[in-house]
Amino acid sequence: MRDSGTATLSLVYLARLREAFGAASERLDVPPGVTTVGTLRAWLAARGDPWATELAPGRAVRIAVNHDLADADALVRPGDEVAFFPPVTGG
Amino acid sequence: MPVRVQTEDFDVGRELAALRETDRSVGAVAAFVGTVRDVNDDASVATMTLEHYPGMTEKALAAIVDDAKSRWAIADALVIHRVGALKPADQIVLVGVTSAHRREAFAACEFIIDYLKTRAPFWKKEETPEGARWVEARVSDDDAAARWRAPSVPGG
Repeated sequence: MRDSGTATLSLVYLARLREAFGAASERLDVPPGVTTVGTLRAWLAARGDPWATELAPGRAVRIAVNHDLADADALVRPGDEVAFFPPVTGG
Repeated sequence: MPVRVQTEDFDVGRELAALRETDRSVGAVAAFVGTVRDVNDDASVATMTLEHYPGMTEKALAAIVDDAKSRWAIADALVIHRVGALKPADQIVLVGVTSAHRREAFAACEFIIDYLKTRAPFWKKEETPEGARWVEARVSDDDAAARWRAPSVPGG
């Protein structure tokens, strides 16, 4: 962390979202209000396109925190790996 | 309880033999093999590329197998899923389950593939004459997984 109040997260983007965002991962400092999966998603969407379009409410996006699927209420903490991806299509 | 993600192909006979042959309590082996179709959603598929999320994938598959073991009296289970470039007719996934009796093996095998298709982080991208496209998740897959949450477990 650079200064008190901000948290550094490792963000991972997979499949269609990796292509849409033009990156497989990024390390990002987020402000104090970003404490859950839901607030993180909204904060990323507020960066503008392509995040605004892909992460808009209603778009089917799955989010995992430290390799476990998480819902919007799940907490994110400094150092967490948070992954964003479309509904899965394996098998 | 082997769970593997690999680019290379697998030999179904050899894998199922390895799963059961050291356990003499086993009286049933059920297996599911998923393969690449040459047509999907009305477009012909030349190649398919499978991507996954290393680290989460193995964890998710192991959790699904543990869930199956808590629901049915099975002896062991195996999941092998391929990633990378595949062609029509190639094998994608193998689920194998052993148990004393067939009912548990059938049910657990179906449960594992249903949950894999909705919870394990794999994505398919198809190369078609119209260009490359990501395969969209199907509502029918969610429905297939959801029925295992019903109060009376089918086949259980």
